[in-house]
Amino acid sequence: MATKASKSAARLMMAPAVTLLLGWMLVPLTMTLYFSFADYRPLRATFEPWIGFDNYVRFTSSSSFWDAVTTTLVMVGSILAITVVLGILLALLLDKPIFGQGIVRILIISPFFVMPTVSALVWKNMMMDPVNGVFSHVSRFLGATPHDFLTQTPLFSIILIVSWQWLPFATLILLTAIQSLDGEQLEAAEMDGAPPLKRFWHIILPHLARAITIVILIQTIFLLAIFAEIFVTTQGSFGTRTLTYLVFQRVLESQNVGLGSAGGIIAVILANIIALFLMRAVGKNLDA
Amino acid sequence: MGHIKLNQITKSFGDVEVIPPLDLTIENGEFAVFVGPSGCGKSTLLRLIAGLEDVSSGHIEIDGRDVTDVPPAKRGLAMVFQSYALYPHMSVRKNIAFPLHMAGMDQAEQQRRVERAASVLNLTDYLDRRPGQLSGGQRQRVAIGRAIVREPAAFLFDEPLSNLDAALRHGMRMEIGELHQSLSTTMIYVTHDQVEAMTMADKIVVLRAGVIEQVGSPLDLYREPRNLFVAGFIGSPTMNLIEGDEARKHGAHTIGIRPEHIVPGDPDGAPWSGTVGLSEHLGSDTFLHVHGTGLTESITVRADGEVPLRHGDRVGLTPNAERIHRFDQAGLRIA
Amino acid sequence: MARAVSTRTRFAWTALAWTIAFLMFFPILWTVLTSFKTEAEAIASPPSVVAFDWTLENYGVVQERSDYMRYLWNSIIIAGGSTLLGIAVAIPAAWAMAFVPGRFTRDILMWMLSTKMLPAVGVLYPIYLICIELGVLDNRAALVVILMLINLPIIVWMLYTYFKEIPGEILEAARMDGANLRSEILYVLTPMAIPGIASTILLNFILAWNEAFWTLNLTSVDAAPLTAFIASYSSPEGLFFAKLSAASTMAIAPILILGWFSQKQLVRGLTFGAVK
Repeated sequence: MATKASKSAARLMMAPAVTLLLGWMLVPLTMTLYFSFADYRPLRATFEPWIGFDNYVRFTSSSSFWDAVTTTLVMVGSILAITVVLGILLALLLDKPIFGQGIVRILIISPFFVMPTVSALVWKNMMMDPVNGVFSHVSRFLGATPHDFLTQTPLFSIILIVSWQWLPFATLILLTAIQSLDGEQLEAAEMDGAPPLKRFWHIILPHLARAITIVILIQTIFLLAIFAEIFVTTQGSFGTRTLTYLVFQRVLESQNVGLGSAGGIIAVILANIIALFLMRAVGKNLDA
Repeated sequence: MGHIKLNQITKSFGDVEVIPPLDLTIENGEFAVFVGPSGCGKSTLLRLIAGLEDVSSGHIEIDGRDVTDVPPAKRGLAMVFQSYALYPHMSVRKNIAFPLHMAGMDQAEQQRRVERAASVLNLTDYLDRRPGQLSGGQRQRVAIGRAIVREPAAFLFDEPLSNLDAALRHGMRMEIGELHQSLSTTMIYVTHDQVEAMTMADKIVVLRAGVIEQVGSPLDLYREPRNLFVAGFIGSPTMNLIEGDEARKHGAHTIGIRPEHIVPGDPDGAPWSGTVGLSEHLGSDTFLHVHGTGLTESITVRADGEVPLRHGDRVGLTPNAERIHRFDQAGLRIA
Repeated sequence: MARAVSTRTRFAWTALAWTIAFLMFFPILWTVLTSFKTEAEAIASPPSVVAFDWTLENYGVVQERSDYMRYLWNSIIIAGGSTLLGIAVAIPAAWAMAFVPGRFTRDILMWMLSTKMLPAVGVLYPIYLICIELGVLDNRAALVVILMLINLPIIVWMLYTYFKEIPGEILEAARMDGANLRSEILYVLTPMAIPGIASTILLNFILAWNEAFWTLNLTSVDAAPLTAFIASYSSPEGLFFAKLSAASTMAIAPILILGWFSQKQLVRGLTFGAVK
């Protein structure tokens, strides 16, 4: 409900944001699309504007692509599983009456604010270092041989680091959702004789379903783009090369822009499929 | 000044026409009340005058100036909203001064006008409080204060009393009435409450589905409702409407008789008679709901003072023949 | 109604919660502790937890060796600049969407959200190329603009959800009181939305501060913020644990404190208002 004047004002007010984002999306994406059909290797001064789908064929038929897809799926899947399951448990715990809840919350949420390069380096050197890391100190104390995390189990190590960063996010959102649960519903279930586990299964979990979906979707968006954690730890070696990292290497390290762009477009398409689900979940909430 | 003229205005939201072509003139200094059931388009009409909505066609004139395409800020009108719409982050003083500040008035004059409005509205002690610290009635007064300081051509009130409790509402009604007397500025007041309309208005505009059913003074509407809708809407308790043989006796399809125009008495010899269902004894008045008259399901009767009739008593009813309203098949008044 | 819980149960939950909180926080705590050790103590085995000679020497060395202040300054400029620029662009847009919703408002909001999901790597080379062409590779202004763009959808969304809670009648009252659009936004909407705007600024400052894709790929020396400063420690050189710890502590301390203040708004901001 508004006047023509305010409607045209509204269009004017939205124009800068819309134009900027439209430009940000269209210009580089069009360029990537264009490069993806070209043989473009700046270091060798090669530029052949149209080679059809060669880049796509080459990119998808190389074993590194499928390795990268597998690595990405394993990494994202494990991190999601860890953060969601532990997140639910932690949220349930934080919902209990505990002393110093405010401080506990602050301590648990903290890892989320640590910049990715710092958390990767801190874990790599302070925690996982085979000689000087805390884990190796603990192993030696227990009389075991220290484990060289990033060499022997690089993928697991990165999963551990990133899970540490994102567990607070999952916990905080799930806690917010739990706290919005009507306490009387639980009391009614208790009166009806439902034991704690059943109450969790039949009341709490369904109530959390939406929040869990949102956590999974938002994390997926961010996790698909994991970069700094790999960049400062393994540089993509030892089977930790994700799709994002592979594209980065093709484009900037080996400067095979055409091939990398094809990979970039594939990454965009995959991300958009996931985005579609997220938008539905968020969109539903717009009407609510 | 504040002469407002609506010329063939219409309003549609998408395909839905909420106000078909409508003409209306509000004279300078008049207290006009738009009344009707919810959804009748009365608030929309007010917002069209305010400029908060565009008319779909037609023209609006204020003091002879065509303001159809003038933004609300430049129409010289002030509005009091149902929710008061006070600025929560400003003190009462700043709230009242806001329109003056917007008009670029100098500080001293702003100060002077705010003080004057505050003293008129008994707000002097609250000038430095925030709206959140005030009661409903005080907030209402701040909203009025914000409207009067800029000395507008007309005041627009959008159901201003509906958020107040009954006692406060009565008090504010009188205050707004007195304000109108002392300022003699045009006021347009929207309400769904016909009692507010009857007590405050110089001119009542009864609306239904965007159409003006009748325009007139409160007593015009009371004495000569133009149709069944106005007859049923104006007056409390509502008019008794009778169809059938009794109406045909009067040469009408429907006849209406107000509860206060029926005298209860001895059942013998009275034209109508029935059994008292519910009787409400208010002291000053007595309301009787009479069943079994054979006219309509229940006839409401209003008698002055105390009437010793109870549930189950037989009662005779004598309507005041001069006060019987006659309506035709289409529900229009038969003169 | 809070349920009465026996003190013993409460202590049990408390003990468990504090243990987990301690474990979660431990890597940060350990880093901060190590930053006050000498390099020799930092590699001592077994390590001492608090019984060491506390020293500030590492902080001095880090500043001297890598000019910490310059990176810090770049981080502040880039995170602060992109956030404020984003707010300036987003307030009018959010006003329009919250108070003058049209047929396409919803679609525009959704589309804005979708741009946030564009994988950065997909547009890495074009942006890199554009920066080279414009001569703004390793340039703070370029990063301000880029980080503004990647966070703009979140800023618009957060402001939109906050503005939606302000009753439209108040803005209409301002219009009746003679306010033009500029005054309406400046004197009425913005002051009323201060808490929402503040939390939007805070969250986006944090996100921009920690952004580590564009800042790593588009800077080298001049515009490098703290993310890049820390990345320069990724290849070990001799005894560097204590220095790495000092550098890390300095990089995260400011934002950690801001983060603690913003944790309540965090949920709403990061879920685009879907969870409040």
